Amino acid sequence: MSRREEEVVIIGGGPAGLAAALSAKKAGCERILILERDKELGGILNQCIHNGFGLHTFKEELTGPEYADRYIQMVLAEEISCLLRTMVTNISLEEDGWKVVTAMNKDQGLLEIRTKSVILAMGCRERPRGALNIPGYRPAGIYSAGTAQYYVNMEGRMPGRTVVILGSGDIGLIMARRMVLEGAKVQCVAELRPYSGGLKRNIVQCLDDFGIPLYLSTTVSAIHGRERVEGVTLTRVDENGKPIPGSEWEVPCDTLLLSCGLIPENELTVGLGAQMDAKTNGPVVNERLECSISGVFACGNVLHVHELVDHVSAEADKAGRFAAAYVQTEGRLI
Amino acid sequence: MTENKTKTVEMTCICCPVGCALKAEILADGRVQVTGNKCPRGAAYGEKELISPTRIVTSTVRVAGRKDAVVGVKTASDIPKEKIMECMKALRNITVTPPVAIGDVVLKNVADTGVDIVVTRGIRE
Ligand SMILES: Cc1cc2nc3c(=O)[nH]c(=O)nc-3n(C[C@H](O)[C@H](O)[C@H](O)COP(=O)(O)OP(=O)(O)OC[C@H]3O[C@@H](n4cnc5c(N)ncnc54)[C@H](O)[C@@H]3O)c2cc1C
Ligand code: SF4
Repeated sequence: MSRREEEVVIIGGGPAGLAAALSAKKAGCERILILERDKELGGILNQCIHNGFGLHTFKEELTGPEYADRYIQMVLAEEISCLLRTMVTNISLEEDGWKVVTAMNKDQGLLEIRTKSVILAMGCRERPRGALNIPGYRPAGIYSAGTAQYYVNMEGRMPGRTVVILGSGDIGLIMARRMVLEGAKVQCVAELRPYSGGLKRNIVQCLDDFGIPLYLSTTVSAIHGRERVEGVTLTRVDENGKPIPGSEWEVPCDTLLLSCGLIPENELTVGLGAQMDAKTNGPVVNERLECSISGVFACGNVLHVHELVDHVSAEADKAGRFAAAYVQTEGRLI
Repeated sequence: MTENKTKTVEMTCICCPVGCALKAEILADGRVQVTGNKCPRGAAYGEKELISPTRIVTSTVRVAGRKDAVVGVKTASDIPKEKIMECMKALRNITVTPPVAIGDVVLKNVADTGVDIVVTRGIRE
């Protein structure tokens, strides 16, 4: 087992982790380590090839990868250490107040890192489709919108040609446009609630621009097809979200994309024993973004789902400074 | 006054997440008046959207020599809305060979718009 000691360990190399690392460094920390399970830094932004990022932070409109790259270049310039393809599996608290971060990667095997402070920046993930409660078989052709985004934008593979999207969150809207641009037919977006969960600008530029209908108060009540999706039944729902009998209609499609919201990724936080907030699904934090375990900070989507990456960066900047201040009062390593 | 207006269009500004509800109208003297915008970008957008709508197009192109790999690209500036699908068609034949850096031009004057296609993500090697 490989062991090392750090002042600040940052879990996750997305926009939150990158901005936190930079501000901790600027605040005087020398021993900072970013742990990222992916093969590159940047987090989910790498697959968000559309524009609209960075208006607050950089005063210009960037695509996701461009926004991430600005931070990656700053982190490299500051010579902050990063371990890629490194998965954190556990965080624990020692009696002397140090934290132990356990991680794994191919080159070093098991890693045990003792650190004064930890910044949680693991981001969020999409709600699993099991939570959707659609009866019937599970034929091929059902994807979460984020998974489809990964296939199309990272691997250049199309999940299907005729698409229905359930859920009108921003990722679903962005994917509706993306699939049309790549030659697919997007039949419609169905939204259970009487209003869209996405930004107005995305309804305009992703649906209206391409004539894709948005059906509010509508859900998928059945999925057809045995091997592969062949179509879905859409049903109107009443104000309590209950299907209205007789309002069903069928829409042929070979692909169903689910865009049903994001949840913070907090297995590690729960494992550490930090107090959780049932409303946000993130840890409870004080005004210093410190959770119930002193010296453990959280920022970005792991804390609560942020609409804008610019807000993530701003929050992470604070978390980095608070972590640096904690390290200073607890005694520096060097 | 209403009799002076020749055309009024209601729209949502797409320039930032606020999404202001705009009203753009062509006045009798030919000038365009935009209301409802919280910032100057909205005024410029409203006028353009009324007269000749444009969009930035983002997509991907293939990376040579790699299986299942594409890289993000975008139009360096906004192009006329009706050219979007023609732009996408032109991108289908483009392959880039690494290394590429952000901002590298992979296609000049896409669909005769005078706008270039640039890479949005670097690839080493
Ligand atoms: C599919 C999807 C699409 C999105 N699209 C948009 C959009 O268009 N516009 C927008 O503003 N926001 C979008 N968001 C929200 C977006 O996540 C935030 O804007 C921003 O990326 C959050 O930054 P973050 O650093 O908190 O999280 P992330 O970008 O998710 O980064 C978290 C990082 O932590 C790493 N990680 C997690 N667990 C571990 C572990 N145990 N060990 C090591 N590393 C770990 C992950 O690999 C990841 O790189 C999207 C989110 C998702 C899930
Ligand atoms: S007018 Fe300004 S504030 Fe309003 S949506 Fe447009 S860019 Fe945003």
